[in-house]
Amino acid sequence: MSQSGMKRLASIALPLAVAILLLGAWEIAVAHWQVPPYVLPAPSAIARAFLGNFASLMAALAATLTVTLEAFLAATVLGIATAIAFSQSRLLERTFYPYAVILQVTPVVAIAPLILIWVGFDHINLALVIISTIVAFFPILAGATLGLKSADFNLIDLTRLYGASRLQILWRIRLPTALPYLLSGMKTAGGLALIGAVVAEFVAGSGTATGLAWRIVESGNRLEIATLFAALALLAVTGVAIFAALSLLEWALLRRWHESAISHQS
Amino acid sequence: MTLLSLSQVGKRFATGTQALDGLSFKIAAGEFVSLLGPSGCGKSTALRLAAGLLEPDAGEIAYPGGKPETAFVFQEATLMPWADTLTNARLPLDLKHVPRDEANDRARKALARAGLAGFEHAYPRELSGGMKMRASLARALVARPKLLLLDEPFAALDEITRHALGDDLLRLWGEDGLTVLFVTHSAAESSYISQRVLVMTPRPGRVAADITLASGRDTRLSPPTIQAQRAISDALSTAGALA
Repeated sequence: MSQSGMKRLASIALPLAVAILLLGAWEIAVAHWQVPPYVLPAPSAIARAFLGNFASLMAALAATLTVTLEAFLAATVLGIATAIAFSQSRLLERTFYPYAVILQVTPVVAIAPLILIWVGFDHINLALVIISTIVAFFPILAGATLGLKSADFNLIDLTRLYGASRLQILWRIRLPTALPYLLSGMKTAGGLALIGAVVAEFVAGSGTATGLAWRIVESGNRLEIATLFAALALLAVTGVAIFAALSLLEWALLRRWHESAISHQS
Repeated sequence: MTLLSLSQVGKRFATGTQALDGLSFKIAAGEFVSLLGPSGCGKSTALRLAAGLLEPDAGEIAYPGGKPETAFVFQEATLMPWADTLTNARLPLDLKHVPRDEANDRARKALARAGLAGFEHAYPRELSGGMKMRASLARALVARPKLLLLDEPFAALDEITRHALGDDLLRLWGEDGLTVLFVTHSAAESSYISQRVLVMTPRPGRVAADITLASGRDTRLSPPTIQAQRAISDALSTAGALA
């Protein structure tokens, strides 16, 4: 096997081995000390809870994932649009960037109840998407703003020499330059959109939301800790999947030209 | 016929730096002129003014025959890293909305002339420094400019590559009937490559000497080339540039 093949295998096999060891130790420890299942269920019990509640957990996952993806999409579109507006007008940026920062630094948990009241519990999904969008918006705005500003001044001068319009400069120079920064912001935003969706579901409380976070709260209340763990694991896997998907997108878009996506030959 | 004329041009930057003061020179159509001076003497500023990328604070820049189609080559290749060589060379035509087929055709020809045939689909990071500069030259030539402005284009290259590119530039100048304004800080380079050398003073820059070089400079080491280099170096010291 080639050296790079070995490395790739190791990067999968080693974390997997750790997971198996940890789960095995967990299983044995729970059995040995007879830990009550409402404190810490064994991995096997979590797996049983997962399979037993498979349909309802998948429905909850679908609900959370829908909110997450809608919010991520909204944050991406809004973030890019705002960054483009900022890149075209310094005045606009100076005027509104502080508000974007305020939105970012105010804990979303503190705004969430207000948004739920304003949007109304009849439109609970919209409220969840708005809350999650607020959380995911800033990294995209920050990444895209920095990226659009990072364009090579000489290259822009060159296009001006050929009479390029602002739109041509934006499309041909600024946006491609911004792509790596934007994608990096999107990777952060993907995880944040999920966190935002979970926080929003927590705040919305049971009876209205139907996602994984609500399942966690509900399972906790009922002391169904194994189901809680199953929902938690599902959330973690979802977060990893979102990150992996965005990393793949990044690789696909940058692999030919950007240093970050190119593996150096040793 | 005068293509470009600067008279008493001054330029001060927002930082307070007076880059140029009383810069005057004329360039005739078809000439190959070097603008030579120490680092920081305002050569690049003069070039940007000539291109119309900057406005002078004082004096006048005129193009008696009308503003010519102008191309600019920077010290760095200044390519779009996300685009292949063909797309990079095509940029001026794309900006002018030339139909894609015609633009591709012209870009391919320009790349071949600059010595990059077969590298149309390579990305800048896959090219050597010299090849990147060739791509930059191809991009400059693709729009068939009348005036070619070069800002120390070979300064970042090794000597062998620098010489090869210098010879290619001379060939392209001859083939296209270009007018070239070539900024450099190398007396040796200017003594071989150009017909005329404008020696600039340290900042604020103006022309200290206007030297028309003798013919017979067929190689970099021909006696007339060496002689020209000596005259240029003398002018540089007189200008106070070799402190």
